[in-house]
Amino acid sequence: MSQDTQTAVLEIDGLRRAFGGLVAVNDLGFSVGQGEIMGLLGPNGSGKTTALNLISGVLRPDAGTIRLMGQNIAGLASYRIARLGLARTFQLVRVLDGMDCRENIKAGLAFQKPHLPVAEAELRIDTLLHRVGLAGHDRRPAADLTYIDRKRLELARALAAGPRLLLLDEWLAGLNPSELAIGIDLIRSLKADGITIVLVEHVMAAVRALCDRCIVMSSGRKIAEGATADVLSDAAVVKAYLGGVATDA
Amino acid sequence: MSARIAGFSALALAALALLAFVPRLGNAYYLALAISLLQYTVLATAWGMFSGPTRYVSLATTAFFGVGAYTVAVLGEILPWPLVLLTAAALGAIVAGIVGLSTLRLSGVYFVIFTFGLTELIRQLVVWFEVNKSRVLGRYVFVNITQADIYWQLLALTAAVFLLGWLIARSRLGFALRVIGEDETVAKHCGINTTFAKVALFTISATVMTLVGAIMAPRWTYIEPSIAFNSMISFQVLIMALLGGAHRLWGPVLGAVPLTLLFELLSARFPNTFTIILGCIFLLIVYMLPRGVAGLFEKLSTRTSGKTAQRVAA
Repeated sequence: MSQDTQTAVLEIDGLRRAFGGLVAVNDLGFSVGQGEIMGLLGPNGSGKTTALNLISGVLRPDAGTIRLMGQNIAGLASYRIARLGLARTFQLVRVLDGMDCRENIKAGLAFQKPHLPVAEAELRIDTLLHRVGLAGHDRRPAADLTYIDRKRLELARALAAGPRLLLLDEWLAGLNPSELAIGIDLIRSLKADGITIVLVEHVMAAVRALCDRCIVMSSGRKIAEGATADVLSDAAVVKAYLGGVATDA
Repeated sequence: MSARIAGFSALALAALALLAFVPRLGNAYYLALAISLLQYTVLATAWGMFSGPTRYVSLATTAFFGVGAYTVAVLGEILPWPLVLLTAAALGAIVAGIVGLSTLRLSGVYFVIFTFGLTELIRQLVVWFEVNKSRVLGRYVFVNITQADIYWQLLALTAAVFLLGWLIARSRLGFALRVIGEDETVAKHCGINTTFAKVALFTISATVMTLVGAIMAPRWTYIEPSIAFNSMISFQVLIMALLGGAHRLWGPVLGAVPLTLLFELLSARFPNTFTIILGCIFLLIVYMLPRGVAGLFEKLSTRTSGKTAQRVAA
């Protein structure tokens, strides 16, 4: 057996999902080690979000295995996967508008097993509010928050569960330069806490700053994998980005 | 906080004790009216327990009410009364469980239409069974239950529903339902077994509705499917809960009481144009009070506290 630090948190093999004739994810395979940040890159429509949806149980794979800490979670219901230690954010930020910030975070931790004692849960909510930069906004309705604060709240809810693996779907998109710097620092601090992260991102500065390794998808297939700097200079990757969708790159 | 709860429970108990004396007034009309008020209060509150937090609009109230009433019509003379009620509750729970598992994957308008269709389906099944198997059109309900008994049972059920609703709202299940109502996808990713939570609450709510039907059945002495499965009940309960505000436990009662009184008044004075007037009133309600009476109260209270805060700041 390998040592604990070398055990892959996420191991994907032969993953496939088609929508009618369109194969959105085709024979995808990669693994992410403990504490690593893995970037998932590719032009729009290349299958990145579908891959995240397969991993988090929104969609069922047609074939392939997805192992979370060694356990096959392919095809499990989302809530079961969430309880096994996977949390995520969404491409279009989703917070619970009818609730205040505290309750939003509480939603993230209240349904994890074993249940936390109330005092401990309240403490964790305070810590998370502080950590994402929402201290003092406890009772503010989520609907009143600005765009970046909504993103912060969504991240705090995901972290509330104490996840082993965090999936971030374009969490840094739409931020201004100073917000981006704060966001990058925040994600880096999560890595320091030992959280393993898979992030889908178009902001290349963030990818360079954060990702240990990257894989690049195009038309549902993996076309490159490796250390971030190597991947970003790969000829096939440059072609997929610049040749495929010029406006997006 | 606990002092507030204690004060509130004392108030509720006092109100309950006072209401228990209504049958002693000896006025048959008031007793009948009080029974109607309690009936709709329980139905609307039970409706709000599920539909309020999840925002799934159900038109199946009548289906469960009718199942309860028919259980009494069939078993009323065979079994002792408590057993009849228990059987009705169990049947309601079973039907709700099956319906819940098969329909709560539907969302929005599909769920509404399905629940409406369900009522019609159950009614037609009962008609078919009665005509082809039992060879009767209606049934007589001869049980030894007085109007006062009906009233007291409904009062007890009202108390039970509010207690249950209060406990659920404070529980993890209640919180789960609110998260589901806000965003079902997020709920799943928070680790909520959404199907279980929805079916559980739908079943609890439906069991209460079934019990109301069972308790009310002796009032008619003669029951046929068109009486027990009258779809007007579903619509009235929906209107009441929405008028009161389904997002609060105490909301639906704020709609049930005034509307029951209004129905009573209108149906007596304008027996022919009753439904037209009702339709107009409902339009006005939706337009003027989008969050119901409960929402209006909340708005007023935040406005007052906002003003106080402004004054303090100035």
